[in-house]
Order: sequence, then structure tokens, then C-alpha cells
Amino acid sequence: MNLKKLPKKLVLQGGTILDPLSGRSKKGNVVIERNKIKSVGSTGGAKGETKIDCSGLVITHGFCDVHVHFREPGREDKETLQTGSRAALAGGFTRVCVMPNTSPPLDTPESIRFIVEKAEECPVHIHPIGAVTKGQKGQELTEVQGIISEGAVALSDDGLPISDAQVMRLALEYTSMFDKPVINHAEDECLRNNGLMHEGEISTRLGLAGNPSLAEAIMIQRDLELANMIQAKLHVPHVSSAGGAANIRRMKKLNPNITAEVTPHHLFFNDQALLEYNTNFKVAPPIRTEDDRKELIKAVKDGTFDCIATDHAPHTIDEKEATFESAPFGMIGLESCFGAVNKVLDMPLKELLKLLTVNPRRVMGFEEDLFKIGCAAELTILDPAQEWIYKEQNIYSKSRNTPFIGEKLKGKVRYTISKGTIADLN
Amino acid sequence: MQEKHLLGLEHYPAEDIVSIIDTAFSFREVLDRPIKKVPSLQGKTIVNLFFENSTRTRISFELAQKRLSADTVNFSASSSSLKKGESFKDTVQNIEAMKIDAVVMRHPDPGASLHLTKYVDAVVINAGDGTHEHPTQAILDMTSLQERFGKVKGLRIGIIGDIMYSRVARSNIYGLKKLGAEVILCGPTTLIPPHIDSLGVRVTHDLDEVLDWADAINVLRIQLERMDRGLFPSVREYRNLFGITSERLKKHKKEIVIMHPGPMNRGIEIDSSVADGKEAIILDQVLNGVASRMAILYLLLGGKPENN
Repeated sequence: MNLKKLPKKLVLQGGTILDPLSGRSKKGNVVIERNKIKSVGSTGGAKGETKIDCSGLVITHGFCDVHVHFREPGREDKETLQTGSRAALAGGFTRVCVMPNTSPPLDTPESIRFIVEKAEECPVHIHPIGAVTKGQKGQELTEVQGIISEGAVALSDDGLPISDAQVMRLALEYTSMFDKPVINHAEDECLRNNGLMHEGEISTRLGLAGNPSLAEAIMIQRDLELANMIQAKLHVPHVSSAGGAANIRRMKKLNPNITAEVTPHHLFFNDQALLEYNTNFKVAPPIRTEDDRKELIKAVKDGTFDCIATDHAPHTIDEKEATFESAPFGMIGLESCFGAVNKVLDMPLKELLKLLTVNPRRVMGFEEDLFKIGCAAELTILDPAQEWIYKEQNIYSKSRNTPFIGEKLKGKVRYTISKGTIADLN
Repeated sequence: MQEKHLLGLEHYPAEDIVSIIDTAFSFREVLDRPIKKVPSLQGKTIVNLFFENSTRTRISFELAQKRLSADTVNFSASSSSLKKGESFKDTVQNIEAMKIDAVVMRHPDPGASLHLTKYVDAVVINAGDGTHEHPTQAILDMTSLQERFGKVKGLRIGIIGDIMYSRVARSNIYGLKKLGAEVILCGPTTLIPPHIDSLGVRVTHDLDEVLDWADAINVLRIQLERMDRGLFPSVREYRNLFGITSERLKKHKKEIVIMHPGPMNRGIEIDSSVADGKEAIILDQVLNGVASRMAILYLLLGGKPENN
């Protein structure tokens, strides 16, 4: 990946301009001048301008991921805002939301300010998500107003479910004053029973403690009922089970403020992949059965899920080289995201792109019209048909923990333009 | 032997299990001699790596190694004294660097022995990996059944107790099915893992049904700490439902062979009168354990199978 400052004027020439907001596409040029969109759809080109030949490529909105872990502050050995930004650019992402399970957690206005200030120097837009409860302990609410006024876009105790239903109710009620979503890692901790993988035939064979689908579906339903009562904004992260998806589909009819995400890895793999105890498949919530995977794909196509989010979770090689039991949960996912979901979902491109651009932006309240004249350039240029093998050299994260290495993907990001920088991935 | 390592029986070739059992009987004969030692593994070095406490398996392996004239080194560490993960890799790579031929490992984490094969070139023998597999126990159990019945094929075997957390149960299921036995599992619903029937076994919660049907039962140790987690309410109730008592056995006309992998909770899952009774082959299992492990080490370290 080659990172360069955008020239004063850049012509993205002769591409298919696909606007996921309107759903329309046309052939033509996109002109960027002084980092802003100057024109969309012109043809031809004058001499002496800096051009990128986009023939055969699709020019679209920069991707937005509402769920990543960049580990700063505290675990800069795994990822930093800077290295995470490079991973984002490599995956076509221009905007990400970082989870607050850092060390210390992002549970004060000051810690949110720390991220916002550090993020200014990064080549992608990074928005912090603040903790719901102090120390992510699931007990007392954080200073929600202060956290939001410093720039948090949502609240979550990510990784740690809010087990106490009363605390969850208060969090939804209090946060509803500020029109920001609450995101709860939806697993019933008792029913989860320290499970290391999906509870089923494979966990029984492997002798690994199982985490039943119902641990997720029950917690999702609890959260949906609470949100429905309050008509609060609830965003359900990384849904892994058919039951969880069905609950969201049903409750969305009652509460328009519900949104939900699904990860590429839950769409791509099933629990058969764990048969060799590969710790890169150890994620929370777990990768479930083929039936669950098929239901998740169906739920993407019928609009149950608003967006795709990677839950990019870097861990060191040393930590992941442990036994399955002692390895941490999580895999990285920014760089492989588009090629994975484009392959496995097999959807019309304009529909797929909505899940990576307009929809996640709507969840977080970001600007949705990125082809507006004068808008700061946040664009991704991709080849949706290119088939390629994902290799370690495609990773720009500080960590390497992904089972996508060696997988054949379809669709490749070729350039990402963000915050005055162009990343060339050719 | 088709496999370099012995990690579990799920994917182990049936004919190699048969070869091990046949060879075990040859070594049984050695164990009956006044001088119980053969030079088969002279010059081979074996490390016994025990990350979890064990008395009988460790002694059994060590004796098997000494009877075969191998050089042995023992390493034991409680899993708590080692920081999990990283130092596991470091520990085994250090030991590997000392030029060894085989590692016998017990570890509390499922999959640990497969994990070990990624870091060492030596032959790996799984002496129990968490709740996953304990293949040498299953082989010695099958050797004992073969000794008692003259065959394993067609036998009806009941496995009684905590199936959920039992590596012995899993390895026995795989091994017995491969050799053509029928298996029924019996225990409290809370200690039967989900989808266990996918392994080709039947499940019942009625002990009398098993005692009527089986040729032999393998009685598993019940871990008392399961009670603290609410998996069964009391020792009294466990014993009432699943305890192997003389009274219970008397209700059934057929004689039934009693096995237990040890260590036993006498008076809980099995009564002393049964454990010490004439149908119990529990101490034969122990002796066959040494012979079977001799056969495993011998065959995996280059010996040729012997046929009886």
C-alpha cells in the first residue's frame, strides 16, 4: 500500500460512479479539488491534470465500520490508531468507530477527548464509542452527556454484556436524551457458561465448553423489549445466531430505532472450521452452525441487518499461539472485509455497498451524501470482480490474527481516498 | 503405524488400534516374567510432560518406558504455576531442543496435544487433554475387554456417569465404535453433552436398562465439584440414580463386567463390594495399562506390530 497526499486536483477518470445513497450509477469522472468533491459525472479530461484511470473500476463512498478495536490506549503492541487506520484504508474504510474496551476503558469525557485528539493526525476518521458504565462494570452509568459532548458517537460496554436488566433500562433511557445508540454485547453471561465456541456437535467432539445460541437470542430479546418500551436507539452488534436475527426482524416492526450489524466472519465460516482448534476462529460471539450462517445471509438480504461491521480485534501472535482455552477472543477483519462479504453474499453491488456505506453512517448519524459537491473526499475505488487470495502481505494491522489468510476472496479495493490522503493498493 | 502421533481415537485407524492391542498382549507376557524388562527402546528418550496432576497415568507411562529400556525425564507443573499459553510454547520448545524422541503430555486444555505437534518434531502421545480425549486409557480398556471376552466386536458396553466432562468417555466411544462394539451412555441429563448421539451412541437415564443390556459397564469418576455448579444436587441423589451397588446389580440376573478408570469414589459412583467383587476387572485394567502403553510407545517409536 502506497500512501500519498492528494494532489491539489485529482481526476478519477472513466469509472462507474455508484452512489449507494441514490442507488444510481453512471460512467464518468469524479474530480477532487483541494480535498473536496468538485464534480461528479463529467467526461473526457484536460491535459496536465493528475489522473487515475478508473476504467473497469467502481468509484463509490468510502466504507464505514461501526465496530473496531484499535487497542489504544493500553495495548499499543496489538494496534494503534495509526496502524488501525492503515488497516482501514487497505480495506476501503474511511471512517471507523472504536470500541471503549481499552486500558483504561473510554469511560470518561477526558478519555474520549484523548481519542478524538489523537485521531486528528490519522488518515481515516476515527470516532470513539464511550463506555456505558464506569469501568465497564455494568453497574453505574458513565457521564453520558460529557462523553457525547467530547465526541463519542455511541455508548457500549463492548465485550462485557450489561447483565443487569435495570442498568440496561437506565442506560437506554438516559442515553435517549442525546439521540445516540446504545450497543450491548448481547450474551446472557450465565447461559454462556464460559463457553469457548458454539455449543453443538463440534464442541462436544472437541471437548470445548459450548456457548449456546440461546445465550445470544435471549439477551437480544431482552434488549429489544427494553428498547421498544422506551422507543430508544438500540444497535445490536455482531449477531451470530438464527434466533438472534429472527428476534431483531420481528421487533424492528415495533421500534424503528433498532439497528443491527453482522460480521464478515459470521457470514463466511461455520463451526466446522474449528475442528483443528485454530485459535483464529475463537471469537465472541462464536461462529455457529451452517444453518445459522445461512439464516444470517438471509437476514442481510431481507434488511434485518443494517450494516456489516468487522469487529476488527487485533491480538498478538504470542497470545493466539496459546491453546484454544487460553487464547483471547477476536480476529482482525478490516482488510479482508469487502472481498469476503462480496463473495459470500452474492448480492447486487449497489445493495451490498449500502451495508458498508450509507447504512452504517445512518446508524451513527454521519453525513450520508458523499458525492455532494463540496463534501470532503471520502471515496473507495474497487474492482468488484477481481478474485484474489488473501495473504499475510495484504495485512496492514499490527496483528495477524485472521483465518481469512489463504481464502479466495472476490472483489478488491484498489484505492481509498480519505482526509487528504490516497492509499494505492495496486 | 499410519499416524506419527497418538492424539486421540476419533481419527485413528481401526487396524492400528488392533495392532496396539495385539502387541499389548505380547508385552503382558513380558510383565509376567521375573525380569520384566526388554531392550526395545534402548537409546530412545521420552519426556513425560504433565501440566495437570496425575498419579496412575504418569506412573503407568513411566513404568512402560522403563520396561522398554527408554531414558525418561519427568516434568510436572501445575497449570497455575505456568502462565498459560506463551510459556507452554517456550517450555516445549526448550524440551525439544534437548533432542528427544517422544513427548507424553497431559494438559488441562482440550486440543493441547494437537497444539503441541505444531512446536515439536517428536512423537506426541496424548495422556489426556482436558475434556477432549484420553486415547491410551481407551486402548487399555479395550485391551482389558479383549482379554476378558476374547473380542471387542459385538460387545455391549455401557458408560456410566459424567459424560460431559469425560475424556475417557469420548475416547472409549470412538475406540469401541471402531472395533464394532455397541455403546450406550447413562448419566444425569445435565452431564450428557448436546448432540452426543451424533457419535453413534444411544443415551439413557435409566441405569437398570443399561444393566439389563450390557456385557460390561465402564463406571466414570464423578467429580464432586460438579455439584457446586448445580449439575447434580447431592451425592445421595447421584448414588440413588447412578451408583453401582451390589443391591442394584443383584436385581439383574446377567453377570456384568465392571470397569473403572480410577481413581474411584467408593460409596458414591461405585460400592466397595462391587469394586472389589469378582466381576470387577479394575486392577486388570491397571496392569493392561502398562502393557498397552508399552505397545503404544514401542510401535510409535519404530517397532513392528506383533500378532498373537
